[in-house]
Amino acid sequence: MEKPKLIIDGKRLDGREFEELRPIKIEAGVLRRADGSCYLEMGKNKIIAAVYGPREVHPRHLQDPSKAVIRYRYNMAPFSVEERKKPGPDRRSVEISKVSREALEPVIMKELFPMSGIDVFVEVLQADAGTRTACLNAASVALIDAGVAMRGMITSVAVAKVDGQIVLDPMKEEDNYGEADVPVAFLVRNGKIESIALLQMDGRLTLDEMKEAMKLAKKGAMQIYKLQREAIMKKYSKECEDYTKDVTSEVENDG
Amino acid sequence: MRKIVMPGDLVAKNPKAAGGGTYVENGKVYAKFLGLLDKTDTSVRVIPLKGRYIPSSGDVVIGIVREVTANGWVVDIYSPYQAFLPVSEYPENALKNRKVNEVLDIGDAIIGKILNIDPKMKVTLTMKDRVCKPVRVGRIVAINPARVPRVIGKKGSMVKSLKSELDLQIVVGQNGLIWLNGDRRKVSIAEEAIYIIEKEAHTEGLTDRITEFIKRRKGELENGEA
Repeated sequence: MEKPKLIIDGKRLDGREFEELRPIKIEAGVLRRADGSCYLEMGKNKIIAAVYGPREVHPRHLQDPSKAVIRYRYNMAPFSVEERKKPGPDRRSVEISKVSREALEPVIMKELFPMSGIDVFVEVLQADAGTRTACLNAASVALIDAGVAMRGMITSVAVAKVDGQIVLDPMKEEDNYGEADVPVAFLVRNGKIESIALLQMDGRLTLDEMKEAMKLAKKGAMQIYKLQREAIMKKYSKECEDYTKDVTSEVENDG
Repeated sequence: MRKIVMPGDLVAKNPKAAGGGTYVENGKVYAKFLGLLDKTDTSVRVIPLKGRYIPSSGDVVIGIVREVTANGWVVDIYSPYQAFLPVSEYPENALKNRKVNEVLDIGDAIIGKILNIDPKMKVTLTMKDRVCKPVRVGRIVAINPARVPRVIGKKGSMVKSLKSELDLQIVVGQNGLIWLNGDRRKVSIAEEAIYIIEKEAHTEGLTDRITEFIKRRKGELENGEA
């Protein structure tokens, strides 16, 4: 198929500016049985994340007497893409699971839970480029929702080069026909970017383009960081304020 | 109302003030997990909103026997770590030359105390304590272990009022399991009250509201009987 024009009149195909994120929706605590969970939409991406633990590790030989083991499973649903994806782990999802786990490992205070395990599951229900970054964002919210001890929060976003232009948060067309795709994850602490937790690149960029890309990524990450916080706040401030109302209404009903 | 903090939030600049739920890096104090900020002039701590029970020695816990071995019992204490109760830590006079599985069998509930946790996180329980006993009657209620301090209340005020108002036996396990025993209808009231405490753990004037709730339900109970 021939490559379509990706930038028309200084705007992207979906009408976004170069530095604009896709609309994001985050909801914390959506699964009852999980210790922590999160549903996240990033453009057309739809992700659900669940965290279990710290809990006993099975099989036993995986236990580490000095720290918790972290397991991260990234999985795409067969219906998440247009052409049915064969279910089960494949080369791509195993790799994504590995790099994402390695991004989370230094953030989680593993040494506090020796001999235990923390399991993170992320399921892609609908994919539209940048799923690994969306999954990390969801996993991060789910981990906080589970009350896991962490040094900070992981916020992740992708940058791409399309038609010679550096753009933030590429969608499917830009990912397929673009010249480069750079997913980045940051460790954000107290509203400041502390370090890079994940950095991959598909395609190539010049040094200057890379610098420009990182600048965009940081800007985008801070916006996502705010939304992640809001999602958690929304769940817990409700839990911490609304009850007086609950009880009085109950009293009225009984009376 | 207390502020909600998330992991990595800066909570103090004085490392000497760092309390539970915080960590210090480069002389600054950060929150370790999601929780409510409790800040005074001399100390900061983060009260957890969620999380698993992590055993610590001296805690009273309620557990379920999962396995019987020749020299003790493996007990599930609803934490990432299983606990072991050796026969030698069961009161001698209660053993009466019985076999191990006749004293406690799989599925039996116990109230135990955490004796010791070794560096490999092997948890040892003891039942040689006044509060400890096998649970054969009553009801066990499970709540989020992070809310246990509220069920106990300041210096045990909440549990005390539940006990006296409803004339029940109550043992609150630090692991979020609570044993209730007494009149079945009153146990049900207490169970409801505990769920309210769990749900509303961090609101003001909770003890008063709970007392009121119990009085109302008790009134309903008595009226129903009459």
